[in-house]
Amino acid sequence: MAADTSTLEHQVHESEADLWEGGQTPFKASYGKLMMWYFLLSDAFTFSAFLITYGALRVSSPTWPVPDFVFATAPFGIHDMPLIFVTVMSFLLIISSVTMVRAVQEGHRENPKGVVFWMLMTIIGGLGFLGCQAWEWNNLINTEGMTIHVNPFGVHTESGVYMSASDLKSEGFKEVAHEGHATYYLHPDADADTEENRYYEKIDHFDKSYAGESIEPGDSYLITAHSGEYQNGAIKTTGGDIVKESFGPKAFGALFFCITGFHGFHVFSGVVFLLIICLNVASGLYVDRKNGNEMVEKIGLYWHFVDLVWVFVFLVFYLL
Amino acid sequence: MAHQSYEEAKKFVIKGLWLLAIVTLIEVGISLLGKGHLIEGADKWTWLVITAALIIGALSLYKAYFIVYFFMHLGHEVKGMRWSVLLPCLLLVWAIIAFMQEGSAWGERRQQIKDKDAEPISPTGDIQNDEETYRGLI
Repeated sequence: MAADTSTLEHQVHESEADLWEGGQTPFKASYGKLMMWYFLLSDAFTFSAFLITYGALRVSSPTWPVPDFVFATAPFGIHDMPLIFVTVMSFLLIISSVTMVRAVQEGHRENPKGVVFWMLMTIIGGLGFLGCQAWEWNNLINTEGMTIHVNPFGVHTESGVYMSASDLKSEGFKEVAHEGHATYYLHPDADADTEENRYYEKIDHFDKSYAGESIEPGDSYLITAHSGEYQNGAIKTTGGDIVKESFGPKAFGALFFCITGFHGFHVFSGVVFLLIICLNVASGLYVDRKNGNEMVEKIGLYWHFVDLVWVFVFLVFYLL
Repeated sequence: MAHQSYEEAKKFVIKGLWLLAIVTLIEVGISLLGKGHLIEGADKWTWLVITAALIIGALSLYKAYFIVYFFMHLGHEVKGMRWSVLLPCLLLVWAIIAFMQEGSAWGERRQQIKDKDAEPISPTGDIQNDEETYRGLI
């Protein structure tokens, strides 16, 4: 009997005209699932383009901020702990990916309660990740002063020593104190009180003074911003020149906010779709379809993809 | 998870969680080693920095393979579909090579312009001595 059926099917497939009658599933996958895969493929190319741009610009710049120095802060006053916070963020996404696999499995068993429970776990993981990202962005923008067109993270190319206020004055710099502004020191040859002639004593945003501290090429630094004003620390190089810290490559901030923002937007829209489908499962919408809760499987594909992209964002921005 | 029973599949998920978590921790460890946080001055050893970057890249690809093949079940789809998704991704190999090459060329050109800008200009103009510049002028 079984042999008969297969012969019959074979005959049906043999006539090419019949293939256009519909009812055939290429690759034995449903239309929705197949299209989700191809959407994800195209999305993978978008993300790849962004990350490759980051790589090309990084290679083309003479200096580039060191990620361990830029991403070394975590909530509850933790600082100088490279990569700790972002590792926690990675774990949140991995865990939410695993709970999503469980939701899909429960979906195949037609067990709506299990699906709803594991999808809610996934949503919590996604919201946790978004919360962490919001904290990270807020810290970078409001505490460290990085925006899409200003990058205060730099790397020293020469050795030297940070100068104190008295060092600057003994070199002939003129002290200027404004009401409500930080005290700065005007260059002796300055003909006007403009931004490029202003030198500051190096102080970080924890109000720690660096005066007298020696620096080596390759050392990272952060130009401190107090209430929106950048204070570029004055340095005396080993060669005897007096210079001030310069801003790092601009592209760094723009790339960071663009790429992690694009990924965060994917996580956000993923959470929205997870919520919608979770509500649909809970209301019993998919029960009659009897296709093993395929919608859960499709949003699962999307959610795993978001985790997959994070693997590479994590690699390119934080690890390398 | 067509070939596994429900219980097996559940166990496999827990295994996957451990695997991804441990690989991530190893990656972070190697990254910190390559940046000289674990051994003082290790970031000055070029061979270590390059080896660390290669290992981290390979581990990331392994994580990607695991997620795509087992969590997204691409390993269980038919061959034609698997390749229709994976083959286009091979284009990225060339994209990475080409754009890293391009990036370093931009860097060299930037340095060249900087050097040229720093060159002293003679006010008397010994321009004729420099044959190439002379040809460029006429």
